[in-house]
Amino acid sequence: MQVINQQFIVERDDYANAGKVSSQVKQTLNQIGIPGELLRRVAVACYEAEINMIIHAWGGTIQCTLEDNGELTLTFKDPGPGIPNIDKALTPGWSTASEKARQLGFGAGMGLFNIKRVSDHFDIQTSPQGTTLTIGFLVTS
Amino acid sequence: MKVNELIEKTGWKNISTEASLDKEIMGVYVGDLLSWVMGKGEQGQAWITVQSHLNVIAVAVLLEFSCVIIADGVIVPEDVLQKAIEENLAIVLADCSPFECTRKLIEFGY
Repeated sequence: MQVINQQFIVERDDYANAGKVSSQVKQTLNQIGIPGELLRRVAVACYEAEINMIIHAWGGTIQCTLEDNGELTLTFKDPGPGIPNIDKALTPGWSTASEKARQLGFGAGMGLFNIKRVSDHFDIQTSPQGTTLTIGFLVTS
Repeated sequence: MKVNELIEKTGWKNISTEASLDKEIMGVYVGDLLSWVMGKGEQGQAWITVQSHLNVIAVAVLLEFSCVIIADGVIVPEDVLQKAIEENLAIVLADCSPFECTRKLIEFGY
């Protein structure tokens, strides 16, 4: 049985609302009593992936599910343009962010690296038709 | 040290809500690259930065920072202030550089 199943839409270049979905996800998980340390890890990963959708992808969707066995999964799907080199994208400090994104303090090249570091499960599939990033966390009582 | 004590001792100005000043400053982080801060910042820290756009509030709230110290007297836009108030986040405006802000906090034992 799913305890939580929420879906959100993220728009391309919507810098003004960057972080909004992550805040909502964090709030929902906080309300059901997810511990603080895990909550912060989820928030970091969700924020970084949300920002990636805004900066690099053409928007997309974020799905958050929590199963009653404690498996928390966040799935980020975008329609493209895909990541040309995953290995480089996972290297700390490597970034293809635009000048506008950099002026706002993005583009440190830490996004995917941070996501992988804080999550318990990490999977990324990419092609020019789009990228699906799936990250998981184990919620223990 | 609490955020209100920091303001009293430095003369820096809180430009957000009074209600947010009771938070304890557990440490300090200095940086302007949001992903870097996101990856390294810890709960309860005061964050010194010269960035003053909306995403700063998102990062500070998600990481549960005690306050954001905007250095060099950088102007904070009204929509950013409104968001900080909504999120009960203290925004402290300092007229000195990030280096001087950091030095001050080191003097206070951080």
